[in-house]
Amino acid sequence: MTDVGQLSTLLIYGTMAAYGVALVAFAVDLSGLRDRGPKGRPRKAVGIAMSTTTLGVVLHLAGVVLRGVAAGRVPWANMYEFSILATLIAVGVFLGLQRGRDMRFLGTFVLGPTLLLLGIAVSVLYVRADGVQPILDSYWLIIHVSIATIATGILTVAATLSVLQLVQERAELRQVEQEAAEVADRELVGAGAPARPASRGPGRGRRSKVWQAMPNSAELERLAFRLNAVGFMLWTFTVVAGAIWAEHAWGRPWGWDPKEVFSFVVWVVYAAYLHSRATRGWEGRRAAYLSIFGFACVLANYFLVNVLFDSMHAYSGL
Amino acid sequence: MAEHERQAVAPSEADPTNLSSKAGQGERLAEGERPGADGAAPDRPEVSQPSLGLLGWLRWIWRQLTSMRVALMLLLLLAVAALPGSFIPQTPQDPAAVTDFRTDHPALAPWLDRLGFFDVYSSVWFAAIYLLLFTSLIGCIVPRVATHWRALRARPPRVPRRFDRFPAKRSVLLAEDADTVEAAVLRRLKGRYRAAVTDRGITAERGYLRETGNIVFHLALVGVLVSFAAGQLYSYRGQAVVVEGESFANSVVDYDSFDPGTFFDSGDLEPFTFTLDELRSEFTVDAQARGFGADVTVTEPGGGTHRDTIVPNEPMNAGGANVYLSGNGYAPRLTVRDGAGETAFSGTVPFLPEDDVYTSRGVVKVPDVSGGQEQIGLTGALLPTAVVEPDGSGAHSVHPQPNAPLLVLTLWAGDLGLDEGVPQNVYVLDTDEMRQVYEEREDGSPGSAETGQQPVTLFIEPGQTVQLPEGLGSVSWDGLPRFAALDLRYDPSLPYLLGSSIAAMLGLFASLFVPRRRLWVRLEPAAGGRTRLTSAALARGDDPGLGRELDRVVEAAGTPVQNEETDTKGMSR
Repeated sequence: MTDVGQLSTLLIYGTMAAYGVALVAFAVDLSGLRDRGPKGRPRKAVGIAMSTTTLGVVLHLAGVVLRGVAAGRVPWANMYEFSILATLIAVGVFLGLQRGRDMRFLGTFVLGPTLLLLGIAVSVLYVRADGVQPILDSYWLIIHVSIATIATGILTVAATLSVLQLVQERAELRQVEQEAAEVADRELVGAGAPARPASRGPGRGRRSKVWQAMPNSAELERLAFRLNAVGFMLWTFTVVAGAIWAEHAWGRPWGWDPKEVFSFVVWVVYAAYLHSRATRGWEGRRAAYLSIFGFACVLANYFLVNVLFDSMHAYSGL
Repeated sequence: MAEHERQAVAPSEADPTNLSSKAGQGERLAEGERPGADGAAPDRPEVSQPSLGLLGWLRWIWRQLTSMRVALMLLLLLAVAALPGSFIPQTPQDPAAVTDFRTDHPALAPWLDRLGFFDVYSSVWFAAIYLLLFTSLIGCIVPRVATHWRALRARPPRVPRRFDRFPAKRSVLLAEDADTVEAAVLRRLKGRYRAAVTDRGITAERGYLRETGNIVFHLALVGVLVSFAAGQLYSYRGQAVVVEGESFANSVVDYDSFDPGTFFDSGDLEPFTFTLDELRSEFTVDAQARGFGADVTVTEPGGGTHRDTIVPNEPMNAGGANVYLSGNGYAPRLTVRDGAGETAFSGTVPFLPEDDVYTSRGVVKVPDVSGGQEQIGLTGALLPTAVVEPDGSGAHSVHPQPNAPLLVLTLWAGDLGLDEGVPQNVYVLDTDEMRQVYEEREDGSPGSAETGQQPVTLFIEPGQTVQLPEGLGSVSWDGLPRFAALDLRYDPSLPYLLGSSIAAMLGLFASLFVPRRRLWVRLEPAAGGRTRLTSAALARGDDPGLGRELDRVVEAAGTPVQNEETDTKGMSR
């Protein structure tokens, strides 16, 4: 059994290697986009990136499955397993997003955090594959935790899109200002003022080409919303399933355990996010802030509560 | 409705789908801020009037409260208000931690106490936020129920005059005549849309379930809150420690702690009893718990008996209450004889485990039975698998199973304080009126710290009898049964809570993922018995499938003669 566990760990290391190569290639592709724009030469690097990512996902999946085999149960009962599964979901969502549209530029922004979390998982959170304590020995472990993991993976990608949306929106605003300034310049030149030098630094003024290669901020917002909507639905299910399990295990559906408090906060923040899209003055930028804030709460719920707080959910196994 | 009409008549130039997505969560916007007050501060009309009057103010407050903006603020406020409860220890969850916190922060604690920070979720300000939020919710949702009810019974909205500003639109010349095409379109829409033929064309709408789901979701949240409140009022919760071979009767006296809801009458407790036959436990070699089970024999109030097993995650149901196995440990059976040889104490004493290897702490309180005897207190640890330090200075446990059990006790004598009639914590020895007993001096007289003796430490193994110094008597360890710590809970609100939660999830699913679409088709006879079909569609919220949907309807309408481009060229007349 331990051999299988070691094989699983090896596969996760292999996954990290593949993602590492893919991350570099995605970054090369991004810099190419910046220099040449989307209509430049064929994007060779991104092809390499996508194939290594796919290879990584295969290794990743095998690693997760073997982890479950080694432990003789579902592979999501401690923080190490939760981390390797949530990252698998996130990369899976990234690959799924490619259907029907070119979202390959996202690779850098998804694989970066994924590698970081996998690094934390193997170096800090790792525990040997083993059985679980009796209180976790329930079919609700399969339901409650798996849905929480999937929700976390999806919300990760949604928050990434929200960050990109904010940056893209700034770039768009700058472009509008720049164009307005150029029009004003031209009018001044026409009126006899000296022409300004035409060349400008690539970083200033005009929207950098890498941002032109991406969907506009409204499109990013819509995509983030769709993922957040799915994530919110799954999170609602996680909380309800958790309450049912808590009733079975601890004799009360809700007891304001720190994990429950943070899950509630996450739920309320994402509820606010959904409402913000229907509130004048809150759609767009502020909604994106809420999406990012919500994800920050998800992270706090995961790391702070599991490691630092005296919670009944302290199942990190550390 | 007004919201819809505005979209339909004048979609935003920049991105009409985006505008409709703003209304994705509903008409609360229109409800709260009045469509007429677009762009202006909602309170402007009131400000311009010198006397608003009480009614006016109330109306203004109500409108503010039920506005989306305030609902959003209240949601964020609720999130922020919930957080302190995870940082500051809470009395209902962990009273011991609160006591420690008070000791550690003597200046801060009284203020936190005054502001309710040690019981955030029962505090006035937390309740104020969620009650305002729910008032806002009800104020929003009730008018929407009426609106939705009317929309369900009304005809789909009339066909707009112009289609050219809609995000999805088609124009095609069909070979069939207008009547045939109309029949084909209606056939395609049947079962999917509510459709009506008007003199301006065919109008159709689908996805009422989206708004129904939205309403159900919000009302179900009210159901969740009400169920919780009812649970607080009508439930009870109690804890009891039951030792193997001993029985528990479901009455208040048999509980170690009993916490009834406001409206629960403890006379209503079902009089069942059960005996703990055996507590089973399973551990790995490295002391990890792998399984627990409490085998019990239950006697029903009617007299019937049955055997049952309580394991973690699988409570036993008895007399309407659930019985949970929340902990377990050892309760050594001890006999203490006093100096006169009389049995002063005989029974089991639960020792509470404190770590993974079941190092357990407990207290034995021995009353005085013969005249002239002091009361005795024994306090210390039970080590299930004891390893004694090589120098004999102490011992520790290495495994939770009783492979080599050892009791390590210190001895106190004096007044236990039992006679004052004040209920005592059975796990704490009140040593205020007691003295610790020291090793005897070499001449046999009582020792003390001043004369250089050590406090007495008794090491007792099962079956052993140990004599106490100073003629205080003896302690015998007769057996090592286990105990089960049981939580009993009765909460009639649970089915309602579950029902409300499931309704909320279903409603949420519908409100997020059921597409709401409007679709219009206009047919005009063209030369040669042909028909020109123009159509447009509008969705509420993001709807990437809208164009495909329109394509399918157009395809079903008839045979295209000349496939025209779908842009505005073919549309503007």
